[in-house]
Amino acid sequence: MRSFWALVRRDLQLAVREGGAIGTALGFFLIVVSLMPLGLGPDLNLLSRIAPGVLWIALLLAALLSLNRIFESDYEDGTLDVLATGRIPLELVAAAKSLAHWITTGIPLALLAPVLGILLNLEFRSYPILVATTLAGTPAVSFLGAIGAALTVKARRGGLLLALVVLPLYVPTLIFGISAVSAASGPSGMGASFLILAAISLAAAVLGPLAAAAALRIQLQ
Amino acid sequence: MQTLTQQLANPTRFMELSSRVLPWASVIAAALIAYGLYLALLESPADYQQGETVRIMYIHVPCAWLSMMIYGLIALSSFGLLVFRHPLADVSAKAAAPIGAAFTFLALLTGSLWGKPMWGTYWVWDARLTSVLILFFLYLGLIALRAALDDESAAAKLTAILALVGVTILPIIKFSVNWWNTLHQPSTDFTSTVDPSMRWPLLVMAIGFTILFFAMHLKAMRNEVIRRRVKAMRTQAVAGRDRLAAQAAG
Repeated sequence: MRSFWALVRRDLQLAVREGGAIGTALGFFLIVVSLMPLGLGPDLNLLSRIAPGVLWIALLLAALLSLNRIFESDYEDGTLDVLATGRIPLELVAAAKSLAHWITTGIPLALLAPVLGILLNLEFRSYPILVATTLAGTPAVSFLGAIGAALTVKARRGGLLLALVVLPLYVPTLIFGISAVSAASGPSGMGASFLILAAISLAAAVLGPLAAAAALRIQLQ
Repeated sequence: MQTLTQQLANPTRFMELSSRVLPWASVIAAALIAYGLYLALLESPADYQQGETVRIMYIHVPCAWLSMMIYGLIALSSFGLLVFRHPLADVSAKAAAPIGAAFTFLALLTGSLWGKPMWGTYWVWDARLTSVLILFFLYLGLIALRAALDDESAAAKLTAILALVGVTILPIIKFSVNWWNTLHQPSTDFTSTVDPSMRWPLLVMAIGFTILFFAMHLKAMRNEVIRRRVKAMRTQAVAGRDRLAAQAAG
């Protein structure tokens, strides 16, 4: 377990010291969200109605762009080979790297989402719910994304392929993320959708590392 | 004592057996579909509500059924490849993916053509349509992932992993998409709600399409096996020429 946390800490330090990566994802998030009113017109009522959807989709796209960071550089400089021959199983390595990706990308994006909600005239009541749902949903984004990142680590045209492979897997996260936000203002409350969203994240945290490690093992041989 | 699957997994025996089965399967599929089309287009009655457009159903439902069955077959083949390392399992998965994508596309297309006169629109974001569309995307992902990797054996295993991940996630996608269930009718219980005059042609068409798929699948698998043999022979030939050249130089 110590080596697991050491690996997480290493990835966090790399992300901080390399810089750029987190900022790029946040900047992309900002630009996509601010393009929306330009395309849809500045009608504030319309914007506030579609705000949760726009924020979620922009968040998914921003996270998608950073997914290849999970394994690519470590694969290229041979660190993954060292990790694969090391003591901790490759599944845990994949889990640690996905967790680090969530901390460096998922959490900042989730925290930025309400700020961008101002641009879209999102109701103030929805802010805490928006943060809660994005925080509960982004682990699924990172852990499912790790599968795609591992599958395409060696592929040509990795980026576009990654999107094609991973985006269909994000459908449940997107649906329940948005329905939790919009249900919160309705009579039934956000309870059920939010719990299912959390369940998807937990399931992804189990499935993701298993599949990602299997994919890495094939390519490291 | 070899099991049946082990015997079938031998490529030589597969080629031998499939060459004998294939003509029969093709003929039976053609005959069934011809008979089914006759029943569907001429013999069966028009629907009292939908009129003649109900006949789209006889193409649409078999395609939709195949789109799911083929993904199941790919998942089974992928499992066979990853667990038992059958070389033919990969051939099967590879051959089935484009056919499956084609049938899924046909299901979407015929459904959309049927939707225009019935629902007044070609496309709605309804649960059933959306989940079939996502199934189509999964097929595209499988094909694209395989196409993007140079190393064939790695490509085979990685695609198999993606197919299995897809199969575990499909029920969740289906269930989540069902939350905004709107226009498409729920699955029909064919034994009770479909009139016998329509049930019979539909059944003939479904069986005909399924056999058609198996014929196409066998043919595609045979092509793939032959393609791999040619590739192996070419590699050998090049290696042999290199050896000769080395001897001549040395």
